[in-house]
Amino acid sequence: MNNADLQGPSSRNQQVMQYAIRLGDDALVLGHRLSEWSSKAPFLEEDLALSNVALDYIGRARMFYGYASELAADGRTEDDFAYTRNEREFQNLLIHELPKGDFAFTMVRQLIVDIFNTHFLHQLEQSSDQTLSGVAAKAIKETRYHLRRSREWITRLGGGTEESQQRTQKALNSLWGYTPELFELDELEQQLCNNNIGVNNTLLSAIWHQQIADILTEAGLTVPENSWTVKGGRSGYHTENLGHLLTELQFVHRSMPGLEW
Amino acid sequence: MTDAAEQISHFESIISMDQCIEPKDWMPEAYRKNLIRQISQHAHSEIIGMQPEGNWLTRAPSLRRKAVLLSKIQDEGGHGLYLYSAAETLGISREEMIDALQTGEAKYASIFNYPTQTWADVGAIGWLVDGAAIVNQISLQRNSYGPYARAMVRICKEESFHQRQGYEIMLTLSRGSEKQIQVAQDALDRFYWPSLMMFGPHDSESAHSARSMAWKIKRETNDDLRQKFVDQTAPQIQILGLRHPDPKCIWDPERGHYDMGEINWEEFYSVINGNGHCNRQRLEHHIDAHEEGAWVREAMQSYHEKKKQQSYAKAS
Repeated sequence: MNNADLQGPSSRNQQVMQYAIRLGDDALVLGHRLSEWSSKAPFLEEDLALSNVALDYIGRARMFYGYASELAADGRTEDDFAYTRNEREFQNLLIHELPKGDFAFTMVRQLIVDIFNTHFLHQLEQSSDQTLSGVAAKAIKETRYHLRRSREWITRLGGGTEESQQRTQKALNSLWGYTPELFELDELEQQLCNNNIGVNNTLLSAIWHQQIADILTEAGLTVPENSWTVKGGRSGYHTENLGHLLTELQFVHRSMPGLEW
Repeated sequence: MTDAAEQISHFESIISMDQCIEPKDWMPEAYRKNLIRQISQHAHSEIIGMQPEGNWLTRAPSLRRKAVLLSKIQDEGGHGLYLYSAAETLGISREEMIDALQTGEAKYASIFNYPTQTWADVGAIGWLVDGAAIVNQISLQRNSYGPYARAMVRICKEESFHQRQGYEIMLTLSRGSEKQIQVAQDALDRFYWPSLMMFGPHDSESAHSARSMAWKIKRETNDDLRQKFVDQTAPQIQILGLRHPDPKCIWDPERGHYDMGEINWEEFYSVINGNGHCNRQRLEHHIDAHEEGAWVREAMQSYHEKKKQQSYAKAS
């Protein structure tokens, strides 16, 4: 895409559509991972709660993809975005696609993402794009509740038994290298940011670090060193996990293409 | 009258007036045990029932179906929760009930030992299995134990949504491509008879029926409930345009009911006795999740104990 393409209303729509697809991908992939807990959680109440969070994310994916399909205006539906794109076309941030792991891994990932989302969605609510702003306004209410949960869990797991403390620290160490990607901005996002549509993720880094450090310290956990970083989700450069997730997610839909379900 | 005779007579008068027994009321030990058996079995069925549908959660063919299925499975878990709570009012703990499930001492509905092989099975389960469950549960809204009857009222409301979502999946498939019609028919063929078996053996063979009817723990007999289900399902199959799995299911104007062919009771007992495709898998799944979660439950308890000690220390 050259710069001339980025002028005018139709290229603006294209950009917003791409942005909505990305945010839809983040929500769908994480929602899918959370749904894998159904009937496998440590106790019944937690099973129901994890399904609730998964449902919020799947609902969020539908809102973002729904908006993308409006902007695409070529007959593509939310399901076309979710079910017919390949691994290289998905643009979710890598942290969302990692396997669910044990309960500590899932809750640490939630804490990381929930803190991030409270700030991200707060900024997105200020977007000059009415639809994005509306989706953010709805989603932030859910996210505040998610954060209350993940924060409580990390406090309990960190301050629980030796085993829970170790598992939580281990999860934290293996997730930490995926966090810098949350605060990156590529060209598309920079453009949208300049136009007051997108969020400037780079500005969220300081407050995120401060907040997570406070929570981890209070829970008796150690904030990991920034010794490694893996990135690439926004350009379709994924871990091997996403391909398997999509294989499962898309199998029925793709085995009989173009049908109503 | 002696005290004991007075208690029994009071209990029986409540039952005969169609009023509810409440947790603090006196009740015969056999009534309590029978209810614990029935309610916990019902709760376990809700919980184990999350698995066959959960098998398609990650493969649901549209985002809408995925969200609806997830929330349906979540509802089933919620039903399990109310029912465990209702059973707890009879003096048994959830841990004891889960333990009985895992050792095989307590049962769950044998229908969940059947595998879900295609997406259409999710439709068939919602429509037929939840449909059969509702027929039974509607009658249980009038059972004599208050907490159970009230749980049933709430559960029935949600189950009728479930049945509709299942039927809607079947309707969409049966209006779809040839391949979709084929999987819908196949799912109907596999789940129809096991759904009829959900009502249990014929009344003449049913071990718990007579006393449960007298105590109003059960309100209608297995055969009467099964007939209701057959009657409501036959026209639904017609609307779908699918072939009825029971060629003998023909309207009998004299009886005002559909006839039905003979159920394969050998299969019923065989699956109950451990020869279903998923008997071991369902229990192992439950046990594995429970054991894998043990460290989380321990952490939670340990954290709360530490907090409690800290607040005692502060107070003193």
